[in-house]
Amino acid sequence: MVKIDTISEDNYHLIQVNGEIDASSSIELDAALKEASENTSKILIDLTSLEYISSAGLGVFISYLEELKKKEVSLVIFGLKEKVHEVFEILGLQHLMNIVETKEEAVKAVNEA
Amino acid sequence: MKHKLSISCSKSNLLKIRHFVADQLVSINLSEVELHKLVLAVDEVCANLIIHSNHCNPTKKIDVIIDLIGSEQIQFTIKDKGISFDLNKYQEPSMNEIVSSGRKGGVGLILVKRIMDKIEFSTEKNYNICRLTKNLGK
Repeated sequence: MVKIDTISEDNYHLIQVNGEIDASSSIELDAALKEASENTSKILIDLTSLEYISSAGLGVFISYLEELKKKEVSLVIFGLKEKVHEVFEILGLQHLMNIVETKEEAVKAVNEA
Repeated sequence: MKHKLSISCSKSNLLKIRHFVADQLVSINLSEVELHKLVLAVDEVCANLIIHSNHCNPTKKIDVIIDLIGSEQIQFTIKDKGISFDLNKYQEPSMNEIVSSGRKGGVGLILVKRIMDKIEFSTEKNYNICRLTKNLGK
């Protein structure tokens, strides 16, 4: 269903999400975000290989927005396929989250934050 | 032309439901983005019914019926015998409320409402029925 890898890079944590996130698998995204938010102030999420996300997965991202803001942890998401990007846009999440196209842009954005 | 899937109330069955919906809609000339949105809307309703109405009880079942009405309309009917949902009592939260509360749920029905053209909840012969209508070409 979903495979999540967290890689500790120079000054940020990179979370790579592969597969599909729904109500049965969103707990794994939650665990990865929780761990990263406790161990770094810069988080990159690579959604290049994410094929599907439902409200359960979006809800995980949304639930961390306030907490990350308070803890001054910056979060940048990149690599969304068009069909996945559309779901973020339906909820207007592009206004609430930092979403960019490439990893290079994401690294730049997270270091400027 | 109607297609029906009857499946037990387990969250692990959501993937099978999504495959069923995608397989039945393959004959319609939808873009990948549009198809993905319809699959998502059905998945959201089914997840709500499995989790909240039937408490993930695998002895309970939900039925997903897809009705292709010509080339103009698709109707999805999702039936179960769990706790019924009253759409009239549902107040859509704002995104600000959801973000500030830090909760993980609350956006599923918002997605369904924004994707579909019509959502109806009713009760008939001990079944709770959720009917989603999508007009094609919109």
